[in-house]
Amino acid sequence: MARRAGAPEVSAGSMADIAFLLLIFFLVTTTIETDAGLDRMLPPMEEPENPPIIKQKNIFTVSINRNGQLLVEDNILTIDKLRERAMDFLDNGGAPQGSPEYCSYCKGKRNGDSSDNPNKAIISLKNDRETKYGTYITVQNELVGAYNDLRNRESKRLFGKVYVDMEAEYLNPETSDAVKEELKEQVTRIQGLFPQKLSEAETSQE
Amino acid sequence: MSKFAKKKDGEIPAVSTASLPDIVFMLLFFFMTVTVMKDSSLKVDNVLPNASEVKKLEKKDRIIYIYVGKPTREYEKTFGTEPKIQLNDKFSSPSDVGDYILMERAKKPQELQNVLTTALKVDKNASMGLISDIKQELRKVNALKVNYTTFKGDAFNNLQ
Repeated sequence: MARRAGAPEVSAGSMADIAFLLLIFFLVTTTIETDAGLDRMLPPMEEPENPPIIKQKNIFTVSINRNGQLLVEDNILTIDKLRERAMDFLDNGGAPQGSPEYCSYCKGKRNGDSSDNPNKAIISLKNDRETKYGTYITVQNELVGAYNDLRNRESKRLFGKVYVDMEAEYLNPETSDAVKEELKEQVTRIQGLFPQKLSEAETSQE
Repeated sequence: MSKFAKKKDGEIPAVSTASLPDIVFMLLFFFMTVTVMKDSSLKVDNVLPNASEVKKLEKKDRIIYIYVGKPTREYEKTFGTEPKIQLNDKFSSPSDVGDYILMERAKKPQELQNVLTTALKVDKNASMGLISDIKQELRKVNALKVNYTTFKGDAFNNLQ
């Protein structure tokens, strides 16, 4: 059969080359990894009208000076011991048995001069203007770690799961709603046992 | 001639590459959809500190970034070696942070405006004074949710 002399067929042979070129471009420019970091809430600007009176023994003060040294409750401390000290403070549960503030799940020393109840315990973090950001993050990390360790302990006891994993699953957008609903209850319960009360006071001026 | 033709019949045919473009296109579309283009080039040194107790920042559409660090070498002459704030593509002072947050917030859809997070990408050698100033500005515009972006790792590496 004689072919009609029409427009010649466009060669598709180079299609793959073009696609490869584009592919390599997108391969190079892609960043798949998600960022991670420490989540914090800043205190609102307006002062509350009647600031609650907080007992001195319920406050755990941590100050960082310009050289990155720590002053914890008026004593010098190295950073690697901070997590342990913070956990002792939070888990202390000093309120006597029978009082409304009694902490039934605390495993601390129950020292009358330290915090009454994890609900009342506040960690106050102060830093100097010259403190290095890296040091500040390390301290923040240790304090958050202290909370996480305690929360993990309680969630293992109550639900047999690790709190940090539970929270990560709860925050993951791929988790189904039914699972989320169930997790939400557990996560809030644990958060209620050890609420994160970490106050970042304004920087000291010199 | 017919002898040769017969021989050819018995050979294994070459693998067809006709579907290669399809495969490549499939990959191409995958990478096109997952790609996030960098919207601003970094003008500051930005070595993030390490931390172990991190949470992932999901949902990139509800994050506002603030970069802090020492200007890179090409900007050192004009901007000095003290840590600076970078918002979008330019160096800024702490007093600009509030306006920037409000502007970025206005760009986002209505339903996301209350759930925005500010990601602070700060070089580990920056000093806290600048960060405190930023935090004050954030409080003024009621952008209270912050995330100190870090690498996942041992936090004690920051001290060296």
